[in-house]
Amino acid sequence: MPDTEPSTLWGKLIALPVDSTPKTIFVAVILCLFCSMIVAFAAVNLRPIQVYNKALDKKINILQVAGLYKEGVDVGAVFSSIEPRIVDMRTGKFTNAIDITSFDERAAAKDPSMSSELQDDPASIGRKPNFTTVYLLKNKDGSLDKIILPIYGYGLWSTLYGFIALEENGNDIFGLQFYDHAETPGLGAEVDNPRWKAQWQGKKLRDDDGNLMIRVAKVAKVKEHHIDALAGATLTSDGVDNLVKFWMGKSGFADFISNLKAGAA
Amino acid sequence: MSQTKKELLVDPLVDNNPITLQVLGICSALAVTSSLQVALVMSIAVIAVCGFSSMSISFLRNYIPGSIRIIVQMVIIASLVILVDQILKAFAFEISKTLSVFVGLIITNCIVMGRAEAFAMKNPPMASFLDGIGNGLGYGLLLMLVGVVRELFGSGSLFGVTILESVNNGGWYVPNGLLLLPPSAFFIIGLLIWAARTWKPAQVEEREFKIQVVEEH
Repeated sequence: MPDTEPSTLWGKLIALPVDSTPKTIFVAVILCLFCSMIVAFAAVNLRPIQVYNKALDKKINILQVAGLYKEGVDVGAVFSSIEPRIVDMRTGKFTNAIDITSFDERAAAKDPSMSSELQDDPASIGRKPNFTTVYLLKNKDGSLDKIILPIYGYGLWSTLYGFIALEENGNDIFGLQFYDHAETPGLGAEVDNPRWKAQWQGKKLRDDDGNLMIRVAKVAKVKEHHIDALAGATLTSDGVDNLVKFWMGKSGFADFISNLKAGAA
Repeated sequence: MSQTKKELLVDPLVDNNPITLQVLGICSALAVTSSLQVALVMSIAVIAVCGFSSMSISFLRNYIPGSIRIIVQMVIIASLVILVDQILKAFAFEISKTLSVFVGLIITNCIVMGRAEAFAMKNPPMASFLDGIGNGLGYGLLLMLVGVVRELFGSGSLFGVTILESVNNGGWYVPNGLLLLPPSAFFIIGLLIWAARTWKPAQVEEREFKIQVVEEH
């Protein structure tokens, strides 16, 4: 300690004992500023990579459900054969009212101006979005090959987000896959098991009279509409059953699929 | 401090393990050990956070006012955890998806706070850094042991590589579903504590009271 009284404000502050109130506040403020700078710097600089990862992950999932993904494939190049379009869920038709590049589906599904409350809500999603992004896989000649539709709903612990791929007739299932969920590992999380997912291929959504028949259950009623439920995961299976029925039904994509088949989408 | 650098690093592995002896950090040990890969990333994250937070807190130890020291430690630890979380999201996206909230919960991991308060506040930076790394390693070692048991017998694989072909995939092994649920880690950690105390009887705590023998027959 110097014998002379420090003259500047800074000098006085430095000379104060550590436990004094001004010094405590000073240390707290400096530390908070410093830490927030580090955190902000990391968040801002890493953000582009993180956004890219998220988008890539989603694309990979879309390719997987369409059966196009293999390890090490160039995702961007393969994805170019898939055309994303926005569908207005109220009319079941394509719309250009929304800019697809900046459309945030999860935020829109919660936004009261972009969604409507559900009265009959088997998938427990609360609100139905007015707009969703669908993905159309085209053949080389430009004709429709597969329709990839986003689906989500509540399982046991979490909302399962996934995609269902339909053949061009809009009735035969090509595949189903969830990319985001938090079900019990080993039980409900077996929705990710390739053997279970393989069951979906070739199943039919509707019977010849147009009734929605697809069903995830223990016992098969009609073989071509039946998916075996997961052993030990009744509630997750019921959740998948409900959400597939909901999204394929009248309040889901049924209108859009029939419009698309009639060429009126 | 009379402890050598090597002791600082090696002691927390068995002799003073944060999980088996101090019984800290149990919560995350239950949550992230159902697969080895996740447990490994979590261990590395905790080692990094624990080492660097102890070091930074030790650097500042003479300037931290006693009245807000816990908050100061929390701020430093939280900043480091956010940093780790951001880096994982950028460079190990798949794994950060499986770890989800648990990276964020390193902030509340008692081991990190415990080392900051018990060691780093009173010791120089280098020793604190080693102590933090050592305790992180002790935590990681336990996590890996629990992870091996849970993944091998719960899903029949190690690091995602199938060892015991499970019935679901057409093999013979019926996986033990309990081991995939968090409570099973309690049993395994309990057994490990038992094993550690049998091996090193010095770890057994003295009884807090004895039942008195009133009269002999």
